[in-house]
Amino acid sequence: MFAIFTRLADLVAFSLLGLTAESKLGDAVHFFVEDVTKIFVLLTVIVFAVGMLRTVMTPERMRKMLAGRRKAPAYGLAGLLGAVTPFCSCSAVPLFIGLLEANVPMGVTMTFLITSPMVNEVAVVMLAALLGWKITALYFVTGITVGILGGLAIDALGMERFVEDYVWKIRMGQVVEVAVDHSLRGRIAYGWQQVREIIGRVWLYVLIGIGIGAGLHGYVPQEFFARIAGPSNPFAVPFAVLAGIPLYSNAAGMIPIVEALLAKGLPVGTVLALMMSITAISLPELMILRKVLKVPMLAFFAAYLAVAFICVGYLFNFVLG
Amino acid sequence: MKSFKVLGSGCKNCITTAKLIEDKAKTLGVAVEIEKVTDIAAIMGFGVMSTPGVVLDGKVVHAGGIPQPDKVETWLRS
Repeated sequence: MFAIFTRLADLVAFSLLGLTAESKLGDAVHFFVEDVTKIFVLLTVIVFAVGMLRTVMTPERMRKMLAGRRKAPAYGLAGLLGAVTPFCSCSAVPLFIGLLEANVPMGVTMTFLITSPMVNEVAVVMLAALLGWKITALYFVTGITVGILGGLAIDALGMERFVEDYVWKIRMGQVVEVAVDHSLRGRIAYGWQQVREIIGRVWLYVLIGIGIGAGLHGYVPQEFFARIAGPSNPFAVPFAVLAGIPLYSNAAGMIPIVEALLAKGLPVGTVLALMMSITAISLPELMILRKVLKVPMLAFFAAYLAVAFICVGYLFNFVLG
Repeated sequence: MKSFKVLGSGCKNCITTAKLIEDKAKTLGVAVEIEKVTDIAAIMGFGVMSTPGVVLDGKVVHAGGIPQPDKVETWLRS
């Protein structure tokens, strides 16, 4: 299915630019061209398709689904909803307040907030297309599990007290439903709007990700990674997670890096732990959440995720290793 | 004079929305006053969860994304 992109890359790197497949530059350029075309085509198709579906699933609707639900099913639902509704960090705060205001428990709300940036349709389809369904299924299931356990822990520890006081005072009154054009034409228009908006937001991350991936692919020798992060180094997983905390990229931008690292022979668990850490914990995200959460809660949030990702990394390395 | 409020925490889409209304108003020669509401408590007070939202003369007319240009025209002509 993706052979066409490989051939296109052959054409550009080897025929047009006259590079050889054996040279480092040829290797890197080939990776870059193949991934740029492949990822942007994939991204456009996925975002368009999901954009059309999203005319069905608005945050307002989600709030209604979660409100007044008993605890146990609510956590599972919040995790799944987090997976199907990607949101940009700028809507995290209104969503957080909106859910609490509808008496959705704090733990359930946090399950949603943890799952959402980590597991989404872009990550799932790209992982599946490039790395196979097995890794995708593992990523999906553990991503949601980490979100659910995090929510339960936050609930058990009574972390409501670390929500900024003004949040509890907000009264929303009648929630405005987003006007959705339900005709086919309306859905298509919305799908395109999503493509423009989401690709407009992520393209730079994706290009940087592909650039790093191409550099790793062409220029970093296999032995380098085998030595610092190979299966024989027991500290590779925590190191990957800690390195990922200050870094931010979205799931789409991480895929080419994951692809290159796996090709270099890094263990799956180590690589997925790095991806989760980079997508789910970042300084900008924490700063946005600071508007509604007090520092102890944020510290717990970051520490919990770091520990969870380390466990996930070891687990995968153990199971698949 | 129509009074618009653009609700949003200052993300790029909110700026685009405010600019869209401003530009359309200029083209149509309608006098408008545009205020950007960035305070989250105020935004939520309007019942808006998905930003950007648009308030026209005290009433929410739009939420959840950049409005379509023809929709903006309808508001200006109303």
